[in-house]
Amino acid sequence: MYDFKALYEARSVAHAAELLTEHPQAVILAGGSDVLIKMREGKLAGVELVSIYGLDELRGVSMEEDGTLRIGSLTSFSHITKDPLIQKYINVLGEAVDMVGGPQIRNIGTIGGNTCNGVTSADSASTLFAWDAKIEITGLEGVRVIPIQDFYIKAGKVDIRAGELQTAILIPRESYEGYKGNYIKYAMRNAMDIATTGCSVNVKLSENKSTIIDARIAYGVAGPIPMRVPTAEAAVKNQPVSKETVKLFADAVLADINPRTSWRATKEFRQHIAVVLADRAMTEAIRLSGGEL
Amino acid sequence: MQKNDRDAETTNKTRETAAALQKEVPAQPAQMISGRECGNGMMGKQYKLIRCTINGKAVEHMVDVRASLTDMLRNDYRLTSVKKGCEVGECGACNVLIDGECFNSCIYLAVWADGKNIRTMEGLLGPNGELSDIQQAFIDETAVQCGFCTPGFIMTAVEILESGREYTRDELRKLLSGHLCRCTGYENILNAVEKTMKKRLNK
Repeated sequence: MYDFKALYEARSVAHAAELLTEHPQAVILAGGSDVLIKMREGKLAGVELVSIYGLDELRGVSMEEDGTLRIGSLTSFSHITKDPLIQKYINVLGEAVDMVGGPQIRNIGTIGGNTCNGVTSADSASTLFAWDAKIEITGLEGVRVIPIQDFYIKAGKVDIRAGELQTAILIPRESYEGYKGNYIKYAMRNAMDIATTGCSVNVKLSENKSTIIDARIAYGVAGPIPMRVPTAEAAVKNQPVSKETVKLFADAVLADINPRTSWRATKEFRQHIAVVLADRAMTEAIRLSGGEL
Repeated sequence: MQKNDRDAETTNKTRETAAALQKEVPAQPAQMISGRECGNGMMGKQYKLIRCTINGKAVEHMVDVRASLTDMLRNDYRLTSVKKGCEVGECGACNVLIDGECFNSCIYLAVWADGKNIRTMEGLLGPNGELSDIQQAFIDETAVQCGFCTPGFIMTAVEILESGREYTRDELRKLLSGHLCRCTGYENILNAVEKTMKKRLNK
């Protein structure tokens, strides 16, 4: 038995917003692979829960008229990986979420939960940062859409106000068209582990594949929240596709990242692997885009 | 046979309990029934009537909203192949199939089972208690020692086998990675699943 005071099951997004307004102290329960586990650890004792798990309207990936990819917040990791739209337009996201936990966790864990818990190590978050994802938040007053960089406030805290819930993650057409990306998770084990550091890179090459038109890079666990690395991105814009450019890119990440020492790894080790991962992920992103080094 | 009798008895008992509860608290399927004191201080008890299919049988059940699906399957239906291991979704011993996908039932609320099709290892047995091919393969390959992880592994294997696809050994390793086994060292388990996969695909 879980130690909670009450469970309110939402029947629709509007109903969820009502329940969250009526019960401002309540915690939102999506797949539960964070919340229920915290509860087992004795945290959150006596909490009120608003379960949104039954809201099938928040599941699935679709494309809007303007080409925006819309990922319902309750879409499970495994469904994202298997989704044909994801595979076609942003395959790296499917690969990234396929590294979360193990198979059963990927069936219950949702991309909404992965971003709403505000954790820096979330495998989906660095890729969403690197692809300029937008977050759709719904409350009683309506819907607001904000860039994912504004959604994260600090470690464990995201911009969800009382009576609101995250309803979708949006990837605009200009963010994915012409880009190919790669995500590398550095962890101690190949399954059931949390990233020591994760790095997601994507590039857009010129038509003749000789110049980098645009490059984007984001990290998990290189700071208290997932982060982009603007210095490295600016350093390689309009630069030739070459090993030197990749090295320039990788070395530049140290200007922006701010990892800390934790029991998982030291700051110095994280800085080291951040450079190595940037190099490897960039090399792979260039290869996927048809470029040669 | 003996096992089946015992199951029937348990199911009857469960029905009685559910019926008694239903009498006490009028059923309001979509609405939660809250605020009933249960005598242990602060906690008000909530129940919800759920309808689901368990191993092919349609059931209606009044369930405590605080229960995990593991709690419900073990305590109310005596489906004890569903093991309580870590209870935080790491070890995979409580793994069951819900609408054809594997879930750790320890971190799945019982009320979420409403409308779902749930399968546990008990559901793999033939009408006279015969073992299924994957269970037999676990025996043949010595993939079982203490047996605690086995039902969880077997249900994941069922999902793998029912996909009808042929996987490489590396892919199988990844698909089976949500389970911990402290006895066998995994190789025999991998052999059992691979062998059954190939047999079903006539390879």
